[in-house]
Amino acid sequence: MSLTHLLFKEILHRKLNTGLSLLSVAVAAGFLVGSVVLLNAFDLRTEALIAEKEAEMRTHMAEMEDSMRKSMKKMGFNVLILPADQSLGDFYAENYAEKTMPEAYAETLANAKEVVTIRHLLPMLQRKLEWPEAKRKVLLIGVRGEMAWAHRDNMKPILKPVPEGTLALGYELARGMEIRDGDETREAKVGDTVTFLGREFSVGALHPERGTIDDITVWMDLDEMQAILDMEGRINCMMALECKCAWANLPKIRKEIQSIVPDTQVIEVAGKALARAEARTAVEEGHKKAIATKKEERAALKRKREELIGVLVPLVVAACAVWVGLLAFNNVRERRIEIGILRTLGLRTSHILFVFLAKSAMFGLAGAVVGIAVGLAIALGVTELPGQATANAALPPLAFLTAAVLLAPIVTVLASWVPSLMAAQQDPAVVLRQD
Amino acid sequence: MLQLTDVAKRYSATGKQVAALDGVSMHLGDGEFAAVQGPSGCGKTTLLLICGGLLTPDAGTVVVGDTQLSTLSADQRARFRAGHIGFVFQQFHLIPYLSLLDNVLAAALPLRDPQARQRARGLIEQFGLGDRIHHTPAELSAGECQRVGLARAMLNSPDVILADEPTGNLDPESGEVVLQAFADFASRGGTVLMVTHNRDAAQRARHVVKMRAGRIE
Repeated sequence: MSLTHLLFKEILHRKLNTGLSLLSVAVAAGFLVGSVVLLNAFDLRTEALIAEKEAEMRTHMAEMEDSMRKSMKKMGFNVLILPADQSLGDFYAENYAEKTMPEAYAETLANAKEVVTIRHLLPMLQRKLEWPEAKRKVLLIGVRGEMAWAHRDNMKPILKPVPEGTLALGYELARGMEIRDGDETREAKVGDTVTFLGREFSVGALHPERGTIDDITVWMDLDEMQAILDMEGRINCMMALECKCAWANLPKIRKEIQSIVPDTQVIEVAGKALARAEARTAVEEGHKKAIATKKEERAALKRKREELIGVLVPLVVAACAVWVGLLAFNNVRERRIEIGILRTLGLRTSHILFVFLAKSAMFGLAGAVVGIAVGLAIALGVTELPGQATANAALPPLAFLTAAVLLAPIVTVLASWVPSLMAAQQDPAVVLRQD
Repeated sequence: MLQLTDVAKRYSATGKQVAALDGVSMHLGDGEFAAVQGPSGCGKTTLLLICGGLLTPDAGTVVVGDTQLSTLSADQRARFRAGHIGFVFQQFHLIPYLSLLDNVLAAALPLRDPQARQRARGLIEQFGLGDRIHHTPAELSAGECQRVGLARAMLNSPDVILADEPTGNLDPESGEVVLQAFADFASRGGTVLMVTHNRDAAQRARHVVKMRAGRIE
């Protein structure tokens, strides 16, 4: 028989003492790792919450971007490049530019490496004139589609050219047309043939109601319009759409354009777009602020939890250590005669110390393993993990668990050190004389 | 061989010094079986504990075999006890959670003797407990428990057996087994010092030592 055999027999014999000692260590170890799991889970929830908020912001911003793009398209332009001699007073009063400039300016801009702020460039010719066949005043706009950039990738066009021989009509114009259809007359529809300034055109597109001058506008191919009006090679404005950061950098855009085509003036006419863009920026900032606030709130909550756990865990561990010490003390009292007999049989101080301290170490080791397993199971059971997170993500690092398992026996040995020493120093003669 | 020379031991009780042993000298040679008798408190148990190296005398010397116990440290005395002295108690003092075999083997714990198990089985058989080897003390009668105590005391083939009222809790038949075991041990050259109140038991010893007030009469 060995001392270890004696040790195991005693552990199995005193089940209550064994159970309570293991429970104490298990509670401390379980509480320790459980706290870490709860903190980890909190971090995971925070990350998921912030990611969700950021995704929400991105979606919202993308929707806004799209909405802005569409609204800018509907409004027709962001920046207008006009001939330098165009009176802005007349332009605002008449809603179009009377003066002209060479169409080559558009080519020059499209071929210039220095132009980086403009995304879409549309040269056009505008004239207010009488549509004699329809007997009404219209705004005629000749377009050739977007200019192709010579030195950078072209973006998806937001305005299509009007095919030669066709017209695109504004809502009010189309509605007011009196197209003969048998004995009746009706409004214009796509495919109808109409006569415009003595030439026949097919109706290629009808625009929906916009509530602007667009509703009485006729769009046609630029070359055709130039030919009809005898204005070959002339345009009177260029739309520069979706200028990068136009609202913030209009002076930069002006400088950029006028350095290439000096005989022009640049005006920003996208008031609504600007307001939307500003709103977009404000919303983005609001989102970012909300996310930052959320992060701060969660960080503060985590700090509070860490402080609480920082106090509770040492308290629980200390209380459990005291409890283990008391149980060891009780065990020594219970085994007073047994210790006396063992000393009488020749066991030395070191043997008695081994019997008690090894038992404490075993309780520490076994209690820690059980406590960690149960603590993890309970903590993972009660804590709420975000959707994609696995339980592994909330687990404490392996090194931490290993340290907990290795430190627990040290704590229990220290806790039962005094009772074990008392046992080892017990005088067998006193026990036997009293018996 | 057990020899005590002018051994004295005092205890302090309620501030007063009480002489438990006062100049006790005694010599028991190999093969001697002696009984110590005397009224309660005369120092019998103290004498036994000093002989076993469990108490150190305030004065005098105790020699077991060739070893003077008072020159040894507590751990050295423990080691010496394990190899040379066997104890038998009135209350048996078996370890309750160990089997009969393990209780006997407990005496070999300090020695790590690989032959101990075989000897233990032999002693258990010798004392008629071969079929109870895995029973615990709670499952044994008083007589059986004392036989386990005897086997434990004899496991390491000691030079001396010290017995404190070994038949005090036994019926005459079981007591006889114990006394016969002591007589056999002495006949094999061992020394037995038995404290007893029982006159019949004392008569089985070769010598009877009478004690009164810490002295041998």
